[in-house]
Amino acid sequence: MHTVAAHHDEGKSQYLWVWVVLLLLTAVEVALAYKQVFQPVQMLEALMVLSVIKSALIIGWFMHLKYEIAAMKWVMMTAVCACLCLMCIFFADAFRILQLGVR
Amino acid sequence: MADAAVAHGSAEAYEPSLFGTYSKKIGMWLFLLSDTLTFGALLFAYSYGRISNPDWPTPFHKESITNATVMTGCLLSSSLTMVLAVLAARRGDKSWTRNWILLTMLFGSGFIVLHALEWTKLIGEGMTPFKNPWAATVPQFGGTFFTLTGMHMLHVTIGVIYLGVVALRKAFLPILLVIWGIVFFSTPADNVFHIGVHALLIGLVIAAVILFLKPKDYDAHDVEIAGLYWHFVDLVWMFIFPLVYLMSTRVQG
Repeated sequence: MHTVAAHHDEGKSQYLWVWVVLLLLTAVEVALAYKQVFQPVQMLEALMVLSVIKSALIIGWFMHLKYEIAAMKWVMMTAVCACLCLMCIFFADAFRILQLGVR
Repeated sequence: MADAAVAHGSAEAYEPSLFGTYSKKIGMWLFLLSDTLTFGALLFAYSYGRISNPDWPTPFHKESITNATVMTGCLLSSSLTMVLAVLAARRGDKSWTRNWILLTMLFGSGFIVLHALEWTKLIGEGMTPFKNPWAATVPQFGGTFFTLTGMHMLHVTIGVIYLGVVALRKAFLPILLVIWGIVFFSTPADNVFHIGVHALLIGLVIAAVILFLKPKDYDAHDVEIAGLYWHFVDLVWMFIFPLVYLMSTRVQG
């Protein structure tokens, strides 16, 4: 039976590094929120970029997607990203309420 | 079908997996994709409410943000211990597999307890699913907050039970019952812990059904699949933490 173990070494150090980077990125997020470095919209963008980087680290290393074959990576990630992007369609309505004052 | 193929020696009857891995893992990935959409919908609903309400409250002061940051640290550390459990399982080291999983469960339980304390504090300040004391014009803040974080906390609880079953099998059932009994009888009836601990009782019944109907020794693949679920729970929090807590930080006051 195929296992991902065949594709990469069992070194713990790479996982420790990923964990340290994740903690550091979390610290940066909290500092950004506390220092109010950005206006709310820029803050949201900065936090979301950091969150996407953290997710990529978790999915790639901790969930081992990095070591799966290309078909697995592309099908899984394309499907979920496409579906999540489609949900953005609802935001137009939220802006309508905000801009037009609809109650 | 497979037996017929073996009998006739036709190796080509075994079509290799499209994704190059075992089917249980693909099944878990597909479940996690569907769960992503569940959490995606909840996060989008929260963001929709936030965008359409200029008076969205910012109730999370220093104490709450510190608490949520420690909770984030717990989940990130639990992911590290989980991946170490997967490595130990691949080495065939059963003892360390169990130890790392138990440490993962400890971090996960720490997250649940801290989160329930946070809920207790917010409820004490007058927040319910239908109103909040900070912005009377935004009643949906409580509803979206409790739904989103409650759904996540339920996932973490299911994850802890799942890991307990993988690590300890039937020995985990009496432990669950004892924890439920202690929390149930030592907390007042309107306490968050008193109500929430019933998730353990439901988990106990489901785990018992699974363990008695299909008793098995969980192997490295099972540990890896449980790990996938656990990392996903961590992943979702990476979006809830900034969107719900950090974007609603109260810096002054």
